[in-house]
Amino acid sequence: MSSYLELTARQRIPAMFDAGSFEEFLPPSKRIASPHLAQLDAPVSYDDGVVVGRGLLGGHIVFGAAQEGAFMGGAVGEVHGAKLVGMLRRAIDEGAHAVLLLLESGGVRLHEANAGLIAVSEVMRAMLDVRAAGIPVVAVVGGANGCFGGMGIAARCANTVIMSEEGRLAMSGPEVIETANGVEEFDSRDRALVWRTTGGKHRYLLGDCQLLVADDTAAFRAAALEAIAALGAGAVGLTLEGLLAEQAMLARRLHDAEGVSEPMEIWRRLGVPDPARVPMLEADAFLTLAAQHRAGLPSDAAHTGEQ
Amino acid sequence: METLHFKFGAGERPLTGAAQMVGVVGSGNLEVLIEAAPLGGACEIDVHTAAVGFGAIWGAVMEDFHARWRLADARISINDNGATPAVVSLRLDQAVESLLGPATGGTP
Repeated sequence: MSSYLELTARQRIPAMFDAGSFEEFLPPSKRIASPHLAQLDAPVSYDDGVVVGRGLLGGHIVFGAAQEGAFMGGAVGEVHGAKLVGMLRRAIDEGAHAVLLLLESGGVRLHEANAGLIAVSEVMRAMLDVRAAGIPVVAVVGGANGCFGGMGIAARCANTVIMSEEGRLAMSGPEVIETANGVEEFDSRDRALVWRTTGGKHRYLLGDCQLLVADDTAAFRAAALEAIAALGAGAVGLTLEGLLAEQAMLARRLHDAEGVSEPMEIWRRLGVPDPARVPMLEADAFLTLAAQHRAGLPSDAAHTGEQ
Repeated sequence: METLHFKFGAGERPLTGAAQMVGVVGSGNLEVLIEAAPLGGACEIDVHTAAVGFGAIWGAVMEDFHARWRLADARISINDNGATPAVVSLRLDQAVESLLGPATGGTP
């Protein structure tokens, strides 16, 4: 096994795509760095924290990106966002087989304020445009920084989200919640709590993530191939029917979680017999257990449609 | 931020191949972009660092680097976020090895 979590963005690309097939757009030698960070006298990166380009995955032309979590928490600035949007638009122009996004981001890069906010919204719109063009979009969340803020929303604009237990997906991150609402509301230093509320297993049980794998690059690659193959057979665009089903699923989830502050209690309500065991299970054992109890699947039309 | 520039002449090992980048501009880390460039046999290194006032230490690290590799026609560009000298040396070697393969000559 080789950990996906431990890899940099630049190491993840060759681990996920067919060997030697990836061609990077705007590589570091072009030195397209953030003008905002330079103005603030802060360090820049020659790739602005994201690798974008086109490669082969299982022999098919797949466009892709990998965000670097170690550079400013993978946060999206103007250049970073523009690279993602440009890659997504080119995927449409060139009729890509699929788009694979290796996400690791705290969301908007606050240093870049409105430019970063606009960049994230443009990424979301471009992802939906790619889907509308009939091209499946698959998001992978398995980095140490998780996927939060605007990029958390963007991840859910994909057809399929693949996570590991170690991956985290949410809107507000733990420190943000604690800062805004107090430590009694959420203790960001309670790592077990953080993973119970944002980690891959919770997201899988709630239906926000469609495929869960062990933290292994080969497992992530196999899941990406599986997801793209499954999506290739059906419609991938956003539909009113799909949105209404999603809304119904969210309303049901809100109802089911009424008055509950502990994720394990939500798992219990889903029918998981011994919720305290869930965090200790290896991926395979967890998937066997979860199969009978996941919210959203298989009864939820939106998610079966997305699969 | 501080920008430092180093230039070493009389290199012996020209670079070939596509530009490579190693490392990440994370806390205590740096990225090193290495490219072949027609510099009349010289090796030029540009450093953009968040740690101001360490020019003499950078100079010593770079002289050691040049003594190890004696690169010719090489441009190296560094974005640094407070890496220690040891980390800088390792990243520089990693960058060169990404183009030339592991060291065969010189003493580390």
